Amino acid sequence: MKAGKFWAWIVFILGAAYFFIPLIATIEFSLRMRRGVYSFDAYKVVLGDSQFQTTFMYSVIVAVFTILLGVLIVVPTAYWIRLRLPQLRPVVEFITLLPLVIPAIVIVFGYIRMYGSNSPLPFLSNNTATNALLVIGYAALALPYMYRAVDTGLRTIDVRTLTEAAQILGAGWGTIVTRVILPNVLIAVLSGAFLTFAIVIGEFTMASLLNRPAFGPYLQNLVANRAYEPAALSIIAFVITWGCMSLIQVLSRFAPKSANRPN
Amino acid sequence: MAARSFLEDGSRRMTDLTLSSQAIAGKTAPPGEARALRFPTQWLGVTPFFIFAIMFLILPTLYLMLGAFQNDAGEFTLDNIFALSQAHIVAAYWISIKVSLASSLIGAFAGLAIAIAIVRGGLPNWIRSATLTFSGVASNFAGVPLAFAFIATLGRLGLVTVLLNTLVGLNLYAHGFNLLSFWGLTLTYVYFQIPLMVVIIVPAIDGLKKEWGEAAATLGATQSQYWRMVVIPVLWPSFLGTVILLFANAFGAIATAYALTGSSLNIVPILLYAQIRGDVLHNAHLGYAIAFGMIFITGLANIFYIWFRTRSERWLK
Repeated sequence: MKAGKFWAWIVFILGAAYFFIPLIATIEFSLRMRRGVYSFDAYKVVLGDSQFQTTFMYSVIVAVFTILLGVLIVVPTAYWIRLRLPQLRPVVEFITLLPLVIPAIVIVFGYIRMYGSNSPLPFLSNNTATNALLVIGYAALALPYMYRAVDTGLRTIDVRTLTEAAQILGAGWGTIVTRVILPNVLIAVLSGAFLTFAIVIGEFTMASLLNRPAFGPYLQNLVANRAYEPAALSIIAFVITWGCMSLIQVLSRFAPKSANRPN
Repeated sequence: MAARSFLEDGSRRMTDLTLSSQAIAGKTAPPGEARALRFPTQWLGVTPFFIFAIMFLILPTLYLMLGAFQNDAGEFTLDNIFALSQAHIVAAYWISIKVSLASSLIGAFAGLAIAIAIVRGGLPNWIRSATLTFSGVASNFAGVPLAFAFIATLGRLGLVTVLLNTLVGLNLYAHGFNLLSFWGLTLTYVYFQIPLMVVIIVPAIDGLKKEWGEAAATLGATQSQYWRMVVIPVLWPSFLGTVILLFANAFGAIATAYALTGSSLNIVPILLYAQIRGDVLHNAHLGYAIAFGMIFITGLANIFYIWFRTRSERWLK
């Protein structure tokens, strides 16, 4: 299969070229801020910009709350579905796939119309409530990824035996979930968390339509008004995404390899 | 199969035993009452999830979908749906469908070629894992950074544009290329479509069992017969399913297009965005109808996806 190997290399090199040239071009462009020489000026300007710092911090905090909310909703549900209500699994899986069917812009449009200032649940009436709504919206967007990650993690442990053992030792449900199940699927939860982080950190649609001072709208605004800074920010964003994905890869090496129960 | 379900039954009964003995030990309620009380607690465990899903996924969507069929007075009407036939809305849907279809097909075939190359092409092992990690990153690399990467590459002053012009003397823009056009947007979308295809299809290619190739060879099949009569029929459903997922993925995307073209290329999500932002259409119900059209199209695509996935999973056990 000499010819096959040749073509495999051709395909791989073409693919690599398509994926790396835009990155190289962006890096090159981001270094050109000072006329005539390459410099890190654009990065200095961006990192020193107070608006960058506040919007980025805002998005990081929103991401942390999104992860907490996602874990709070997904872990007990996935656990309970595995333990007691396997007949509900298709329904729950269908619901967790919905955010892939319903575009984010439609979901947030629904929020704006349903939870406006003069509705029974006025999420848009003050800042704190709107921030909460943004976290909720992001948790909904991340639902497919979070659920898939946690469910895969639960598959590798024997949920029933662990639960029974904990019950025999006198543990209540809260203790079982937080001190037995969660530590066992922690790596799966963390990989879901990093994926959530990567999605939330640069998200534009929801943050912009809810008028939140997040990183995504700031980036969008910068593209319209500046030349070199957006290039530097694009590279920073890429490095952050890369960092999240690498952490998932590293973590998955620690995950239990063999399943106790094959189903 | 039967043995396993028997075992599961057994352990389930054991759990019940544990629970009822706990109830007796606690002396809180006689076993009969505990049973009556346990039914709602079964469902209590998933209640937060369902409340969340209904309040923040299903109801808001239903609200828009119902609104699409109502007028301001709340009466049933099809006017909003008919209003979608305005020229600029039809044009927006058309360009969205074209971009999504083109980027999903190109992404799918290119992704499949890369996946086959790294799984079956006899390339060094590190290339496979490096490609898979990179795909995980690139499939999440969308929005403003992606748009800007392509502006820096193929924009009027982009690296490739300038290099082609100075080295080869080829002026892309003089030949009618424009990044802020159908092909420009498609080429940009392909950047996250290919990696998504690779991530999803590599497990399917891994699922092709070695024994099938050996069995085909034993029966005297040539390499091309093996591909034509075994590989393609087995991969076909998951391939087609992934194309549909890629389509939906591109159809709902907004940030990339918005950063790239502003509002010069009117795709449906940008139209809806403008409608929500400034209510430019002066009719909220028309906005609902646009949203309904989007859900209708991605929903239709995903029904096909689920159907193809269940068909392909039969082979990948």
